[in-house]
Amino acid sequence: MNISAMSNNEPLLEIDRLKVEFDTRRGLVQGLRGVTLSIGRGETLGVVGESGSGKSVTAQAVMGLIDMPGRIASGDIRWKGRSLLGADGERYARDIRGKEVAMVFQDPMTSLNPVLRVGTQIGEVLERHLGMTRKQARTRSEELLAAVGISAPGRRLDQHPHEFSGGMRQRVMIAMAIACEPQLLIADEPTTALDVTIQAQILELLAELQQSLGLSIVLITHDLGVVAGLCHRVAVMYAGQIIETGQAEDVFERPAHPYTQGLLRSTPRLDEVSDRLISIDGTPPNLVTPPDGCSFQQRCPLSGEACKKAPQLAHIRPDAEAACWQPSTPAWATPLMTPSISH
Amino acid sequence: MLNPVSAPAPHAPLLSVQGLGVTYETGAQGFWGRPKSFDALQDISFDLHAGETLGLVGESGSGKTTTGRAVLRRIKTSAGKIVFKGNDITRTDGEALRKLRRNMQLVFQDPYSSLNPRMRVIDIVAEPLLVHGLIRHVDEARDRITELLRVVGLPADAHDRFPHAFSGGQRQRIGIARALALQPEFIVADEPVSALDVSVRAQVVNLMQDLQKELGLGYLFIAHDLSVVRHISHRVAILYAGRMVEIADRDDLYDHPIHPYTEALLSAVPVPDPRTQRQRKRIVYGGEVPDLVNPPPGCRFSTRCPLATEQCRKDAPKLTERSPRHLVACWNR
Repeated sequence: MNISAMSNNEPLLEIDRLKVEFDTRRGLVQGLRGVTLSIGRGETLGVVGESGSGKSVTAQAVMGLIDMPGRIASGDIRWKGRSLLGADGERYARDIRGKEVAMVFQDPMTSLNPVLRVGTQIGEVLERHLGMTRKQARTRSEELLAAVGISAPGRRLDQHPHEFSGGMRQRVMIAMAIACEPQLLIADEPTTALDVTIQAQILELLAELQQSLGLSIVLITHDLGVVAGLCHRVAVMYAGQIIETGQAEDVFERPAHPYTQGLLRSTPRLDEVSDRLISIDGTPPNLVTPPDGCSFQQRCPLSGEACKKAPQLAHIRPDAEAACWQPSTPAWATPLMTPSISH
Repeated sequence: MLNPVSAPAPHAPLLSVQGLGVTYETGAQGFWGRPKSFDALQDISFDLHAGETLGLVGESGSGKTTTGRAVLRRIKTSAGKIVFKGNDITRTDGEALRKLRRNMQLVFQDPYSSLNPRMRVIDIVAEPLLVHGLIRHVDEARDRITELLRVVGLPADAHDRFPHAFSGGQRQRIGIARALALQPEFIVADEPVSALDVSVRAQVVNLMQDLQKELGLGYLFIAHDLSVVRHISHRVAILYAGRMVEIADRDDLYDHPIHPYTEALLSAVPVPDPRTQRQRKRIVYGGEVPDLVNPPPGCRFSTRCPLATEQCRKDAPKLTERSPRHLVACWNR
């Protein structure tokens, strides 16, 4: 698999200091707190983070899926240099979403309509966005199913989603997403609901499609292994912010932020035997009242006076950034035992 | 009948499962039709010693949860024998079964749905003691529960709070405290960390390892995550479509897998290291797990296996020992 970056200079998608808020009964949740990201042509960006870190909200903001009670509070999202926000932006966004930018969701069981035949659902995309006739759409749908590795596509088009297995449904979702030959595919935990051998098949398919269609991919996942296999670049999110970004090799080999270091060392590896995992004590902060200063300071072994002021993403190498006052300092020692038991 | 006083031989396993089978019934075919049944598990055998963890791995529908439930005597078995501490418990029932269950506990996957939201933590942890008649009122066990909560790393004021006040990782600690309340020797942990975030998962894995060292617990650790299983297990068994295809000591299995399915399964797990991951040889077999209601005759992996021959499609291979403590069910390897 050749995964050298093919990006030219102009980024396809730019997210600029984006803030998203959700007005809930518990108070105003600051879902995204100033996220800046860009993705070039042919590039695969992995967005990694735990639940609540804001990785899915970022994708939803790009796809215009932030609904009440959520709203984009400030910042900008630009596609090929043009904003997708505001009245003009909204009109532009309607043209490109689903066509130039497409999305694949985590759960292929709930994102397909159970009462419609698969062919009807793929055809709908083609008829609406590309103005195909029903007959053209059917021919194209058959090609698409074949392209995502579904055998006997003609017969499968007439089946309903329940007649497909989980992996096959995710293939149908991918077929729908690439129906309009998008330039960017946003995949939000595309393999999380799948078994590991099926996951391998889907990741293989995404890598192939990237090569054959020159796709850019934003892969959102909590699984560091999935990122390692597919992505050129990685952005690590924590508490609604990006805390580290860089080339995949660099981030995995020389993680700069204590959170990234901890995340990597708390993940057991298939190819290694370790006695004990690093555990990051505590839980992520409450985003209704996020702490002043660094959002990781309560859990960070390095935290000190300086951390009461929030660190900004800053270059630690030419193509790597981290939001930490002491980047690249080893943060985790060998963990201690939990208290012993007296029965 | 179970005889609780008989002590097992020094090196006898805590749990020994021999040729275990489970049959599930499906609905009748047609109005007058007989109920159909299918084999969810066939010919499962393994030993588990005190202080040891057996990792039970497989994809959805492989029968790992069924194995856990059958061993705990929660579901009916159709074949084979379960021996716990030297006593055959396959047919134990009534009061003896109730007593036996004190010694075998279950930790569930989902820390959100496995705790009653209307019960206080102290009531949740004390419930097994009440059910088994060891205490008559929660207050009698207050000190013991304080100790249990401390051991699993929950704050001292956790007693009177409700589950919603705790995060996923803390809830899983409550579930573990509940399982420990009866001082069992054997715990079935069914995907205990799959619902947890990476950093929290490490906390719970570490806790389970510490408890095992302290208390000499035997774990049947059911999981689909092969990396976590490698970390926590001493011995690992791989299930495919209701049958055991391979069982071996941890490193032997991961470093020298023999069954083609084990090989493919291991190669499919991504390693969190881009350089290594890009160089790893991936074996990706097409196709999917067969339907257990109409399984293929012979080896159940034969529909996807590149080595499959006529024999594989006709006769099911038995688990046989290939090297010490390493058993494989395959005709061609």
